[in-house]
Amino acid sequence: MIDPLSVFLLLLAAATPILFAALGELVVERAGVLNLGVEGMMITGALAGFAAAYVTGSPFAGFLAAALAGAAIAMLFAALTQILLANQVASGLALTLFGLGLAALFGKPLEGIKAPAMMPGPLRINWIVWLGLVMVPLVWWFLNRSRTGLILRGVGENHDAAHALGYPVHAIRIAAIGFGGAMAGVGGAFISIATVLQWTEGMTAGAGWIALAIVVFSNWTAPGVLAGAWLFGGVTVLQLRLQAAGIRVPVQLLSMAPYLATIIVLVLISARQKYSRRAGRAAPGSLGQNFHALR
Amino acid sequence: MIRLVPRDQTSAAWQIATPLLAVLATMIAGGLLFAIMGYDPLAAIRTIFWDPLFGPAAGYSRPQLLVKAAPLILIASGLAVGFRAGIWNIGAEGQYIIGGITGAAVALAAYPAEGMWIFPAMVLAGALGGWAWGMIPALLRNWFGASEILVSLMLVYVAQRVAAWMAFGPMKNPEGYGFPGSRNLQQYPAASNPELIAGTGAHWGVVAAAAAVLAIWFLMSRHIRGFHIRAAGLAPRAARFAGVRPETLVAFCLGLSGAFAGMAGLFEVAGPAGQITDKLGTGYGFTAIIVAFLGRLHPVGILLAGLLLALTYIGGELAQLTLQLPAATVQVFQGMLLFFLLGFDLLTRFRIARRIAA
Amino acid sequence: MNRRELLVSVAALPAIGLAAPALAQTEPLKVGFIYVGPVGDGGWTYQHDQARQAMVAEYGDKVETTFIESVPEGADAERALTQLALAGNKLIFATSFGYMDAVMNVAAKFPDVKFEHATGYKRAENVATYDARFYEGRAVIGTIAGRMTRSNKIGYIGSFPIPEVVQGINSSYIHARKVNPDVEIKVVWAYSWFDPAKEADAAAALIAEGVDVILQHTDSTAPLAKAQEAGAIGFGQASDMANFKPTPRVSSIIDNWAPYYIERVGAMLDGTWESTATWAGIGDGEVEIGEITDAVPAEVKQEALALKDKIASGEYHPFTGPLNKADGSAWLADGETATDEELSGMDFFVEGITAELPQ
Repeated sequence: MIDPLSVFLLLLAAATPILFAALGELVVERAGVLNLGVEGMMITGALAGFAAAYVTGSPFAGFLAAALAGAAIAMLFAALTQILLANQVASGLALTLFGLGLAALFGKPLEGIKAPAMMPGPLRINWIVWLGLVMVPLVWWFLNRSRTGLILRGVGENHDAAHALGYPVHAIRIAAIGFGGAMAGVGGAFISIATVLQWTEGMTAGAGWIALAIVVFSNWTAPGVLAGAWLFGGVTVLQLRLQAAGIRVPVQLLSMAPYLATIIVLVLISARQKYSRRAGRAAPGSLGQNFHALR
Repeated sequence: MIRLVPRDQTSAAWQIATPLLAVLATMIAGGLLFAIMGYDPLAAIRTIFWDPLFGPAAGYSRPQLLVKAAPLILIASGLAVGFRAGIWNIGAEGQYIIGGITGAAVALAAYPAEGMWIFPAMVLAGALGGWAWGMIPALLRNWFGASEILVSLMLVYVAQRVAAWMAFGPMKNPEGYGFPGSRNLQQYPAASNPELIAGTGAHWGVVAAAAAVLAIWFLMSRHIRGFHIRAAGLAPRAARFAGVRPETLVAFCLGLSGAFAGMAGLFEVAGPAGQITDKLGTGYGFTAIIVAFLGRLHPVGILLAGLLLALTYIGGELAQLTLQLPAATVQVFQGMLLFFLLGFDLLTRFRIARRIAA
Repeated sequence: MNRRELLVSVAALPAIGLAAPALAQTEPLKVGFIYVGPVGDGGWTYQHDQARQAMVAEYGDKVETTFIESVPEGADAERALTQLALAGNKLIFATSFGYMDAVMNVAAKFPDVKFEHATGYKRAENVATYDARFYEGRAVIGTIAGRMTRSNKIGYIGSFPIPEVVQGINSSYIHARKVNPDVEIKVVWAYSWFDPAKEADAAAALIAEGVDVILQHTDSTAPLAKAQEAGAIGFGQASDMANFKPTPRVSSIIDNWAPYYIERVGAMLDGTWESTATWAGIGDGEVEIGEITDAVPAEVKQEALALKDKIASGEYHPFTGPLNKADGSAWLADGETATDEELSGMDFFVEGITAELPQ
């Protein structure tokens, strides 16, 4: 009765903002940094992207600006946690607050304006959706096959050891945070430029928090992030799709499901690591801890 | 070239000086922002920091500081204990929501009975609910080694959806014309948490927050468990040799902070908020994390940090009211304050030295 | 309940003494507003703020207004209302349903301040309520939807299953069916008033179900953007959403609170303010139908406007029998119209809607 292909096509678009943000956060967390400011970076990207798309008339220029703006605001977090060695959890929360406020303030003149429409890409699917799908193998390759990725993971697993080997822990983490900000920015801009075509205050409506959950669900792997984005996006799309078909669904209970699944996945991975000899990979060893070289 | 050298002990002088410096820096940077926005910076800063305490309507806003600060202080006190031990409960928001729901459940089940037992039973149920929600990450960490940071955060989302489910389903007010939300507990005397002395703002949650600050101070500085907690945080391995079981500490810290957050949720639902709605979680649980850090995980610091944040909320509202400053400006201002406080914190733990040329 | 009634009656006592017309018109009348969202939300709060500005334009320096935006429902609302009262505002508009208990509490403490609460049902000597008959506007756009659909499936994005929204769905369906007996309505609940990403997903889900006309009771333009992408049509909600003209936005249902705000502030200025329960509709200008664009055939446009005029003049009530409930039981007999009490507690769909109403 419900065509699975149609659900899948809905899912592709619905999952795109959280896919971008989660891929970015994946790299950040793999470098050993927990940035809870994803929501703040997404809304910054949503605003900057919209503004640039409107001014230049080019949605692609918008996405570029969104990436830059996301990275720029992420530098605040980087400065706090990497240079001033402030607590990451508190700094991330502060970044979310600051980003939401700043975007609301600068967005005032843009209210009620419509963005230029985007040309759909191949198969009538948005270019940015395609880009998101392409980013998954790229991030996978970077983390698992590239030398820089290997160093980045080393920094995240054990920053003391990485430092002892002569790698610049802070510089690598700052770069990762910048990448995370850029990706979150593009994810946010997808909402303003491709989904809503307008700027409104608070329009990311919690997507950044979902991205954080997806990274955990993914077991810190790029294919896992894609699966997580599809799961989280899919549950929303599916329950709406079932409703549209006139089938009654317990919406609140269903929307809890992906989070419960995330906890179960996390427990399974952790248990495997704890009880089996063949250590599986779970959270990066230095996640959330600041590094200061004792020299 | 300068570099940072860790201090052997955190500097007491800087501990006191940095928050003041940070507030000063925020006033300067915030003043610039207000000036750029076209507002009188001095008036804006006076409205935010001075008027809630000493302005024309201070008689009303001063007690409101307590109402706003109480849940932050209560939750942050519990969190600080765990943070000292290196146990990161960042899901207080979820424990707050669940505590509110379990506490309100007692009241809604008892409705319309009268009795002295109802309110204490609600407090107990709220604390138990928060405790149970906090024990989930504790047990998952102890049994399977799952990160309590991530599990407790995930459980916030689950709790938010439980609240929505309750507000639309089982707890919906049968006399509410189909609107979501439970009965208003403010209108059910046996279950309500009113001002204890009119005009002071002090409800039972304020009393509990004060008690929590004292209890945490006692625990951390006078009790053997407090010693274990500090030892585990500073030198986990040494603590283990000294006979501190990490599993016990994890359960204790997450359970305690959960119970405190749950109580805060109940006091809010039975008092200022009045009812279970889908917007039960207003972010106190997350803001309390910031409060705990700003207060340097110390009871007195938390007390002051909670009041300072409450001041920016109330002052921010006043600034909207009297100067028509947009709500977003206030949010940016708060963000700046947090950034400066977190950034200047560096000076308490490190000193700045010149790098000696090699 | 007892305590509330007590408070209300206490409030009533001094109010009698103070009800006398305001001071000589040397000082401007201070009027306060609390908003649930930011004024730039482009929907619900935006329209309230537009009405505030229209009211200021009407009375000039006879009034002085203040607003506090983004006030969460619950404890913060009570404080914001108290601050407004303490700041000398004599008339305070609270513009969200969730402020209801806060308004009652604060009104009891400030008997000489008048309160106006939007969409609530609790009143006191100094608390009036006001709401708009959005279902009247829904009848008009439902007519357009019924005529315009080629797939005979129209979709409705609901926010929450509360009476106001249920009225809108029923009214839209009844009038779409009147002009197109084969029409079906698909309902999706977003459980949010404003969540652009989710509203877009909801619209996409409806489109995938074969819907080609989308009605929305949520505030963002995301459903219109989706409709545009898919070649479907939709309607502006709360505000005109004019920059999606001429299509996908073929018309709109606009909340216009300006006439009410002007009337009530006027009543304060000449000392005739009384606690009332106002539920105004198209006839009072409170519900407006935005420009019907050329994407709609002229005869459909005429038909819709004719219906609008009949509703405005009171000649026609959108809930006129014969109408049955969705479970098949009889509701309104031939020619009978629904009472306001029935409508304000509406918790059922009418016959023909196959979707189930949650809870």
